[in-house]
Amino acid sequence: MRRVRIGSGAGFADDRIEPAAELAEHGQLDYLVFECLAERTIALAQRERLRDPCAGFNPWLRERMDAVLGHCVRQGIKVITNMGAANPSAAAELVADAARRMGLTRLKIATVTGDDVLDLVAGSDLPLLDRPGTVGSLGDSIISANAYLGCEAIVRALAGGADIVITGRVADPSLYLAPLVHEFGWPLDAWHLLGKGVCAGHLLECAGQVTGGYFADPGFKDVPDLVRLGFPIAQVAEDGSFSITKVPGSGGRVTVRTCTEQLLYEVHDPAAYLSADAVADFSGARLTQIGHDEVEVTGVTGTRRPDALKVSVGYLDGFVGEGEISYAGPNAVARGRLALDLVRERLELIGVPTDDARFELIGVDAVHRGAAKSVDKTADKTVAEPPEVRARVAGRTLTLDQARRIGHEVSALWLNGPAGGAGAVGRTSDLVAIASVLLPRDQVRPEITFLEA
Amino acid sequence: MRLHQLAHARAGDKGNVSDISVIAYEPDDYEFLREQVTAERVREHFADIVRGPVDRYELPRLHALKFVLHDALAGGATRTLNLDVHGKALSSCLLEMELPEHPEHPERQESK
Repeated sequence: MRRVRIGSGAGFADDRIEPAAELAEHGQLDYLVFECLAERTIALAQRERLRDPCAGFNPWLRERMDAVLGHCVRQGIKVITNMGAANPSAAAELVADAARRMGLTRLKIATVTGDDVLDLVAGSDLPLLDRPGTVGSLGDSIISANAYLGCEAIVRALAGGADIVITGRVADPSLYLAPLVHEFGWPLDAWHLLGKGVCAGHLLECAGQVTGGYFADPGFKDVPDLVRLGFPIAQVAEDGSFSITKVPGSGGRVTVRTCTEQLLYEVHDPAAYLSADAVADFSGARLTQIGHDEVEVTGVTGTRRPDALKVSVGYLDGFVGEGEISYAGPNAVARGRLALDLVRERLELIGVPTDDARFELIGVDAVHRGAAKSVDKTADKTVAEPPEVRARVAGRTLTLDQARRIGHEVSALWLNGPAGGAGAVGRTSDLVAIASVLLPRDQVRPEITFLEA
Repeated sequence: MRLHQLAHARAGDKGNVSDISVIAYEPDDYEFLREQVTAERVREHFADIVRGPVDRYELPRLHALKFVLHDALAGGATRTLNLDVHGKALSSCLLEMELPEHPEHPERQESK
C-alpha cells in the first residue's frame, strides 16, 4: 500500500530550527510541515503589519528556509506552513528571495489567503462564544479576525503544482491532512479517513511534544538525549492507518506514553475532536509500540465536519502593569507578604484601582493560588518555609499611566519596603485578547496565488 | 500515596478552559484511578483555582482519564493575570493529589 511520510518541522512560532533541518536531510520525507500559529499570534502579527506593511509573518521564516530548502529541493520534499501569519504574501516574497540566494530556481510558491475576515465580521452582531456580547460590542478595539480554514485551499495549491505552500490561519491538523487528501485523493466527505488524517495531524502539530519534549520527569519519565530532541514523522498509508516515528539516532523517544500525552492534549470530549475538516473520534484509539521509536495508531474514526468555521477575533483589552521583587533567607515569606501589602495600600493612596489585581508570592502561591496557605502558618513548624520567594503584583488597568504605576510601586520597594528586597523589575503591556465566533463556511472564500522563484 | 506515583499528566488550554490528561503508568492501575480520581475530587483539589464545573471522560483503551475544567484560567491565556497564563502547571499540581494506599500494589510506594 502507498505511504506518505510527513515531518513536523515546528510546533510553535519560536520552535527550534535544527530538528527541521535534520528531518529534511535524513527523514526520507514527502512533506515537511511547519505549524507556527498560537491563538494570539496573528493578532500580534497584524499589529506589526499595520506598523510595517512588509512585516507580520513569522520572524524565523528566513532561518527556517535557509536550513531546509536545499535539502527539500534536492529530495523533492514539499513544504507547507502557516508562517505567513498576518502577511502570507510578504512571507512568500521572502521565501522566493531565500531560494534565489541559494541558487534554487523554478520553485513554485503558493500563497493561501482569505482567512482574514475582519471586514466581514467587524461591527456584526455575531455572538462571542466564550463571553457575553457580540463582535459589534467590541467596537473600535477589534484589530483582527481570522477564520480557521480547512485543508481544501492547500489541496488545490498542491494540485496546482506548488512546491511550497504559505498560509495564514488554517486549522492546525488541516496543514497535515492536506497532503494526504492530495496524494491519496481522499474525498472531502470520507469522514473516517479524514478523522484518521486529523488524528495524525494532531499528533504532529506540536512537533517535539510527541517525541519526548514536554515529557521528562526525572526518575519517573526519563528522556534520552533530550538535548538533540528529534521532531516527529507520521507514516500514513492510503487506508488511513499510520504510525509516528522520528529520525533514527535523533534525541528523544517515541513511546505509547509520549503519544498518549499528545493524543489527548487540548482535547475535550475525546469522541468529538472538532476540526475544520472532520470531527475526529479518539475514544476508541489504541496505541501500539511496533518498533523502537515507532508507535502505531489504530481505532480512530471520524464524522461530518462542522457547518461553521471558527474565527478568532483579536481586540485591545486595556493594559497590564506588573512588578516583581525577591526576598530570601529567614522570614522571607513574611517580608514578601509585607511588601505586597505595602504596594496594595500605596496603589490605593495614589488612586490606582486594585480590584482587578494579583498580589502573590512566586514560590508559594502564584501557581497554586490559595492552595498553599499552609506555608504562611508560621506556627506550624512541620511545613518548611521556602528559602526564597519572589513577590509579584499584576493588575489590569484602563490606562497605560495607571499600569506604569504598578511596576513603579514595586520598584520603589528598593528604598521604601522591607529588608533585603532584591532584583526588582517592573513592566507594562497592552493586552491583546482573543474572542471566538462562528461564521458560516460559505462566507469564507480562500484564494490561492502562485509565485515562481 | 500521591497520584504522581501511579500516573503522568499533561495540561492544555482553550480559552478559559483547562484540560488535563491523567495517564496510568501501568494499565492495571487504571481501574483504581477511575475509582479514586473522580471529577468531584478534582474540583475539590482545585477549589481555589477552578470556578466552573469539572467534566471527566474515561479512556480505558489508553488507561487514561481526561478532565475538562471550566472557568479555570481567570479569563484565558490571552487576558489572564495568572503567572502561568496557560495553566500548564496544573498538570503537576493535580499529581499532588493524595490517594489511599493501592490495595493491589502496596509495594509500589517503596519501589518508586
